[in-house]
Amino acid sequence: MSHNHAINRRRFCQSSIIGASLLAGLHNGIYCQNGSFSRVVIATRSDLRFSRFDFFSDRISKLLDTAIENYFEKKSPAVWADLFSQRDVVGLKVNCLAGKGLSTHPFLVEAVIQRLLQAGVEAHKIIVWDRLDRDLERAGYSLYYGRSKSQCYGTNRVGYSGQIVEFGSAGSLVSRIISDLCTAVINLPVLKDHGIVGVSVGMKNFFGAINNPNKYHDNIGDPYVADVNMFPDIRNKTRLTICDALTPQYEGGPPFMPQWTWQMDSLMVAQDMVALDYTGWQIIEQQREFNNLPSLEASGRKPSYIHTAADEKHLLGTDDPAKIFVKKV
Amino acid sequence: MYSRRKFIRHCGGAGCFLIAHGLSAYGNESGPVEARYYQKLDNRKIKCELCPRECVIDDLERGYCGVRENRDGTYYSLVYGLPCSVHADPVEKKPLFHFLPSTRAFSIATVGCNVMCKFCQNWEISQTRPEQIQSYDIPPSMVVKLAQENRCASIAYTYTEPVIFTEYMYDTAELGRKAGVKSVMISNGYINPEPMMDLCGVLDGVKIDLKAYTERFYKELVSGELRPVLDTLVLLRDKKMWTEIVYLVIPGQNDDPGELKSMCNWIAKELGPDTPLHFSRFHPQYRLKNIPATPVSTLKKARQIGLDNGLFFVYIGNVPGDPGESTYCPDCGIILIQRIGYQVVKINLKQGSCPACGRKIAGVW
Repeated sequence: MSHNHAINRRRFCQSSIIGASLLAGLHNGIYCQNGSFSRVVIATRSDLRFSRFDFFSDRISKLLDTAIENYFEKKSPAVWADLFSQRDVVGLKVNCLAGKGLSTHPFLVEAVIQRLLQAGVEAHKIIVWDRLDRDLERAGYSLYYGRSKSQCYGTNRVGYSGQIVEFGSAGSLVSRIISDLCTAVINLPVLKDHGIVGVSVGMKNFFGAINNPNKYHDNIGDPYVADVNMFPDIRNKTRLTICDALTPQYEGGPPFMPQWTWQMDSLMVAQDMVALDYTGWQIIEQQREFNNLPSLEASGRKPSYIHTAADEKHLLGTDDPAKIFVKKV
Repeated sequence: MYSRRKFIRHCGGAGCFLIAHGLSAYGNESGPVEARYYQKLDNRKIKCELCPRECVIDDLERGYCGVRENRDGTYYSLVYGLPCSVHADPVEKKPLFHFLPSTRAFSIATVGCNVMCKFCQNWEISQTRPEQIQSYDIPPSMVVKLAQENRCASIAYTYTEPVIFTEYMYDTAELGRKAGVKSVMISNGYINPEPMMDLCGVLDGVKIDLKAYTERFYKELVSGELRPVLDTLVLLRDKKMWTEIVYLVIPGQNDDPGELKSMCNWIAKELGPDTPLHFSRFHPQYRLKNIPATPVSTLKKARQIGLDNGLFFVYIGNVPGDPGESTYCPDCGIILIQRIGYQVVKINLKQGSCPACGRKIAGVW
């Protein structure tokens, strides 16, 4: 990225235009505990890096704790123990297509693994996964398929479910990792611009869990992204989304284009993926405006699938800014 | 679809040949080759110009077909030389009824397709990506050699959608022509004019799946468009390519008599009354399992509509033993080619003409 374009937390808040409610959340640090509202926590630390693309892993762990504790209003160990039991097989769905630079950072994933281990989940019952082994390796992950530690491999190793899963316009085979092996999933996407569907945040990450994502980019991914997230294994097993917003990208995605990244140094946590995606979208829009780029709508790729995911047919969450409370810590 | 074991058993000597040449899983010998028909755009994007979908694809992404990938601003075919299905079929199975009847077609397919028919009978290979299916490593020269060794008069590019492996098809057909082996493309016709015209230079016959005669059907059940398919048919006519049409009749979806009549009129007027039209029976498949198989009576009505509206050769498909499988002389009505299923029982042609009345019968004989 151009350092001239770097945006710190203060400038981010100053230039925020993402709606009165969202702004109120950002500035006041409040969120509603009423179940009818959705929360998104954005945890930020300015001292995470020791170089442009290198981070202190221990500080990432602390940032994760901060995000989790503020989201759930509990101490971190209690949260993880509440969310996951010793019987669970937990899949960590990372996003690795773009290789190093714009993939879920391995040290963030390692921090999540440590918390799961502390919660009593057995190491071999933790599976870090994406579509292909080679994508994981390219993003800096070490593959492992066995029982002596946490596992890491692509769907190519175990294949897809034998039965077509359908919802609305989408019909796919789902990765056996999520359909047969895992009882729970933590979604670990990255925050980035997407050249076809507008933005790729939480919901879009599950295109990496199906056999035919190439069929679902028409019409800016609408309603396909929402439909894929209605597949029972995806909808019912995803317990938490932790979005890697350390170095997001506001243009040129999904491939890594460093000139369009910025140092946000944040993690975004939510259980409502629609609210998370909406919030991420607004952040991308804000950054585009800050860099004199047209909005995604003006670029012909407004991510309308986010609204579709909130409609009565899907009810995956809310994209109503009045019902999304963003807590920034 | 054909398993590796069955393939080897069936091919016999060909199987040994393949093994000797390293019959292997995906990627061992053949590999990605630069695709034809695309345009480079800014920021490592490309625009595919192979089919009317014209996908604009970011770096690291694939087109709708799932088998063509942008790698750092260069577009690659991932399936060149890598068929997932290989078989020696009767040419009648394609179906091509007026093309070297009673010969065999060495049939190959790679994974992938540029549409998504909800009734696809080969969806396990057409609606998937190369890394999800084991493929063989058979470069074009070996395909031609296998076709010859298996006494196949032609090579058929079939089962999935050959448009998406056009580079492999073109190179194989070109080599086949030099070796005296013909080539036929079994396609949905959803292809841009330039690549289709190029293919016309190396192909000897084409079968087009005309899936319906309404844009609504194409949009809702095919994820494609009708208009480009009709344009392809007209182009094939202009290039004098031998062409047959298959129309899968799906109850309640594309079996309206008025629609069938309009389509038959269009074929007779635009392509000519000699164009063979096959009305095939639908069986519940893939994502269209809630619709019953087509009643044979519906197919007979469709066939009659075709005959009543000026077409000379209208067939019924997927109903073994039906009289509508055979070819009759349009003038005197005698049986010219009698078929039961994919088997040709009798050929009663004399140098491509009716032996009784002398009428010339259109086709490649």
